[in-house]
Amino acid sequence: MSQDQLVAPPATRVDLLLIAGLVAEKSRVLDVGCGDGSLLMLLRDRRGADARGIELSQAGVNSCVARGLSVIQGDADTDLSAYPDQAFDYVILSQTLQATRQPRKVLENLLRIGKKVIVSFPNFGHWRVRWQLGFSGHMPVTENMPHAWYDTPNIHFCTLRDFVNLTREIDARILSATAVKSSGAPMRVHAPWWFWNLFGEQAVFMLERAS
Amino acid sequence: MSIIEPASSQRVVPLPSETMAFRAAMPFVTDGGVAIIPLDVAYQTYGVLNAEKSNAVLVCHALTGDQHVASVNPVTGRTGWWETMVGPGRPIDTDRLFVICSNVIGGCMGSSGPASINAATGKPYGLDFPVLTIADMVRAQAMLIDHLGIDSLFCVAGGSMGGMQVLEWAANYPQRVFAAMPIATSARHSAQNIAFHEVGRQAIMADPDWQGGRYLETETRPAKGLGVARMAAHITYLSENALQSKFGRKLQNRDARTFSFDADFQIESYLRYQGLSFVERFDANSYLYLTRAMDYFDLAAEHGGALSLAFKGSQTRFCVVSFTSDWLFPTSESRAIVHALNAGGASVSFVEIDSDKGHDAFLLDVPDLFATTSGFINAAAKARGLAVAS
Repeated sequence: MSQDQLVAPPATRVDLLLIAGLVAEKSRVLDVGCGDGSLLMLLRDRRGADARGIELSQAGVNSCVARGLSVIQGDADTDLSAYPDQAFDYVILSQTLQATRQPRKVLENLLRIGKKVIVSFPNFGHWRVRWQLGFSGHMPVTENMPHAWYDTPNIHFCTLRDFVNLTREIDARILSATAVKSSGAPMRVHAPWWFWNLFGEQAVFMLERAS
Repeated sequence: MSIIEPASSQRVVPLPSETMAFRAAMPFVTDGGVAIIPLDVAYQTYGVLNAEKSNAVLVCHALTGDQHVASVNPVTGRTGWWETMVGPGRPIDTDRLFVICSNVIGGCMGSSGPASINAATGKPYGLDFPVLTIADMVRAQAMLIDHLGIDSLFCVAGGSMGGMQVLEWAANYPQRVFAAMPIATSARHSAQNIAFHEVGRQAIMADPDWQGGRYLETETRPAKGLGVARMAAHITYLSENALQSKFGRKLQNRDARTFSFDADFQIESYLRYQGLSFVERFDANSYLYLTRAMDYFDLAAEHGGALSLAFKGSQTRFCVVSFTSDWLFPTSESRAIVHALNAGGASVSFVEIDSDKGHDAFLLDVPDLFATTSGFINAAAKARGLAVAS
């Protein structure tokens, strides 16, 4: 894969680098909710991936296609069912799960389409979120969740612990789990779930089908 | 034709078209099992074919289009029908790509069609011309591409009926199509679209001047019928919003209603003009044959009932485009194509472009269309090792 004017911008987001680091070289990857294509470019240019995407916004899709990425305008809730089983080595759902109408169904579809599934989401169990709801008594607004309750696209928040429970219900195996601190740096120390659930601002999971 | 007439419609000397005649040594047999001998394919080229013959782009025209995609039309004197997309520095850049556009068979701009002379009778074919399919059109194009010595096309692009040809190319000649751009199209013609076409055909056939299709023998033509067909069809190419904002209920060169059936309203006058100008450049029987070919188009049915089978294992890169206000080929049709391509494992980009210009948007100045298609073509050119526009 040639390096050219299309290399990732210098200020690449830490969470994207973290996800890109989980993807093996030369894999087939589908990024669901790929935005302007930053992660896809990173995967294509640095990991040599056959990288494809789905994005809801016309502006996002236009930006991706203009950058030469194979991206379709679509939606995680409705456009995943057309993909065949195990069509990709990795399917990525980055900061999108909480905005889907049927997160469980979406996750099941991802596990069907991808040999491995990488999911990142903001942790609603983080202490700052708990503080805002528990003590100030209003819906949390943080750097990761910047929307007021009445105009947020995020309709299905979960905590890290909730997510782990869901993986058990849908028969998924957790291959790796990383909590991300407020700074964006991953929490590398091995800690019990309650600790991650309280101090991890975001989480990045890699899953596969257990059976 | 668009609701906004091109500004630069001054008369310039048109480029002559080439015509390839396939004679009895290379007989052309239609899907309906009828041989057309000889078969003429009239075409136009732009740009230069490189030494590797790897930079050829085939542009497929829509129902009433022709081979004059980026040069002055000799009949109308107007600029090419897709000069917004094809030309120097355009998304399909003739400075680095070799562009071929042929008149579809069944048409009336030099390729064999119902107005051609039937060698068996010495008279125009009329309804003795065999009914065609989109696959027939594409097979004739493939013979032309063979004749030009090109194994693999860098890109096949087109909108509407042209998009149907693009899909047919990709499904039937996957090895010969590196990239495909089906725009504002469908993998099968809908009941509503067949219905509109049938209205147009019945209007032509109800005109006494049609004479059972033999009008050329008496040097007449069913201008009224063809005009009505065009008026009805033209409405389907626009959107309600565009009609309302351009015409509304405005009156045509008068201050009050005339209590007659004159063209009181601007929209009536506009449609009448569209009908009149169309009959000067189009053959009524061709209109019957080409609308029929679109009606018969059902790519899934040609491939065992599942559209995904048509594209299974395809290495072609696809860029599918639809427009929000296109109710003739709505986004749901493009989405069905995209789902089938994904199911077949193909590489596909898809965007629904926000536009109030209706189906005609693909022919008009829509910057989002140019940005999307330029990006796609540049990436595909890079993947094929062609020069990329700066």
